[in-house]
Amino acid sequence: MKEQPYNRVEKSVLPAGSYYFSGDEAVVEGALAARCGYYAGYPITPATEILERVSIRFKEVGAVFMQMEDEISSICSAIGASWAGAKAMTATSGPGFSLMMEGVGYAAITETPVVIVDIQRAGPATGQATRVGSGEIMQAKWGSHGDYQVIALSPWSVDEIYYMTISAFNLAEKYRVPVFLLADEAVGHMREKMEVREEVKLFERIKKRGAAPFGTEEASGVPPMPAFGEGEKLLVTGSTHDQYGFRKTEDSLVHEQLTSRLHNKIVNNREEIIEYEDYYLEDADVVMVCYGFTGRSSLFAVNSMRRDGKKVGMIRLKTIWPFADRMIKEVGARVKRIFVPEMNKGQVAGEIMKYASCDVISYGQTNGEIIYPSTIIEQLGRVL
Amino acid sequence: MARDLQKYLRVSSTLFCPGCGLRVLSNLVLRAIDELELNIDDMLFVSGIGCAAWIPSPHFNADTLHTLHGRAVAFATGAKMVNPKLKVLVISGDGDLGDIGGNHLIHAARRNIDLTVICANNQNYGMTGGQVACTTPIGALTATTTEGNVYRPMDLVRLVQAAGATYAAKYSVTQPLLLTESIKKSLGIQGFSFIEVWAPCHTQFGRRNQFANPAEMFKDLKNSCITREEAEGLSPEELEGRIITGEFCDVSNYTD
Repeated sequence: MKEQPYNRVEKSVLPAGSYYFSGDEAVVEGALAARCGYYAGYPITPATEILERVSIRFKEVGAVFMQMEDEISSICSAIGASWAGAKAMTATSGPGFSLMMEGVGYAAITETPVVIVDIQRAGPATGQATRVGSGEIMQAKWGSHGDYQVIALSPWSVDEIYYMTISAFNLAEKYRVPVFLLADEAVGHMREKMEVREEVKLFERIKKRGAAPFGTEEASGVPPMPAFGEGEKLLVTGSTHDQYGFRKTEDSLVHEQLTSRLHNKIVNNREEIIEYEDYYLEDADVVMVCYGFTGRSSLFAVNSMRRDGKKVGMIRLKTIWPFADRMIKEVGARVKRIFVPEMNKGQVAGEIMKYASCDVISYGQTNGEIIYPSTIIEQLGRVL
Repeated sequence: MARDLQKYLRVSSTLFCPGCGLRVLSNLVLRAIDELELNIDDMLFVSGIGCAAWIPSPHFNADTLHTLHGRAVAFATGAKMVNPKLKVLVISGDGDLGDIGGNHLIHAARRNIDLTVICANNQNYGMTGGQVACTTPIGALTATTTEGNVYRPMDLVRLVQAAGATYAAKYSVTQPLLLTESIKKSLGIQGFSFIEVWAPCHTQFGRRNQFANPAEMFKDLKNSCITREEAEGLSPEELEGRIITGEFCDVSNYTD
């Protein structure tokens, strides 16, 4: 597994050892381990357990918790807190995620580190609030208007959601970008064993007194980020701005440079950011690409089919955005087919079709239930 | 801008229309800060979207956060909560704080978050060309009420007072001394303080409502404003068309 960059090592907040947590609870512990200083949220199934645990745990370490009046104010206050110097986050599910989208674009253009946890349920609209889904893959990427890039991570276990929450903060701070933890209801509500290590590796925001907070020498660089109250006289705006924050709303060159850097600082660094796991790729004819809870059913199915002598392989995407385009292109060139089981109507499958030269077969299940291993064995069996 | 206050500016000229009430308000906010001898580096200015949101950004040479339409109070809440040492001043317009951001305003007042909110009320959406707002008087002509506004204007001061604000006042830019004192007072108050400031917009609102000339619009506003004390004892007929100004709520020294 790739090691993400860090510049500080701290003791974990929880004593090292084994814990039995739900995914939602593990998010809170991961946030504490990452030294998150501000959480704002609003109750929504199936992410409410995060809010409730934050309300208890954050005050124990002196971090700030606010239950806001809606998800719009939740993300906006988190962005305000981030500029005041705290690592900041919010968590929600489908309807709340939709409400947050304007704030996501604001965080992107102002290059504000913020972590947004989305415990996905079955949509659209109110949909099935207590049931599982994975419908926000494309919304996470394109939900706010305009051109910008984000990072989105997809955990498959309670243990992983804990460490991925820490990674989400590290990536947000390193790249000054909104980072999504795109979990699904099954991972959020599942309880299982989680191992907490003694130390936690963190990436702390880079500060450089007097440096331009919105521009770099390199076209794809990440500028240092000062905070309010440090005497830097910051000019932060959601309008197109130059490297010092002055509004340049009619300057085509400045707009092109800004939007290009917002794009390039993520896309040009994607090999650094992207993580995935692969299984049985060496001799596989058909490869299954999966993510989130579906990875568990997929791995069970692949192991079972391997025992039956079927040449199937599997790739589990841990990073959804930026997309692992090079890896998919390379794999797609040497296998017969790629099979994509997911709890939506083919949102990742469609992305794979952009890069894979082989057949891409989508299995999109949107019945509010997890995809069972038996379903995958049956569906994958048909395309072998 | 008064010469002695130019030291607080990031830019040499303002972006407002000649004759805009927001020029006066910019001046008075800085006058209050100057008279209180506050260190502007310990302050944070947060604004939403619209003409009034440009008062601090980019004009004030201080930490400024120019946010999304309607959400200034929410952004300010997050910043204040993680750095209570910041003196946070929200400056935005009536459409921004009252219409699209009304819910955030109510809840910040309810929570009594230690913010000062200055709401410049120009009775319409100036930046987008003069559409009706929650503060537009009945009968007024705007770009979207060409036969006259039919809905009652919202009393933002009563709104935040009912929601639990510590301090709520209403003044006009034609009352510079009273308004400056009110801003100074609000900046010293622990808790949520709110000042609605009538600031004429002749460019969009005035020209549709018999006040294309900014001087005449200022004069009319000045004549319309009376203090709460002056209003006492006047009959409803005498109060017709008057804007009653003053402090409507101050529980800053209130103890149970």
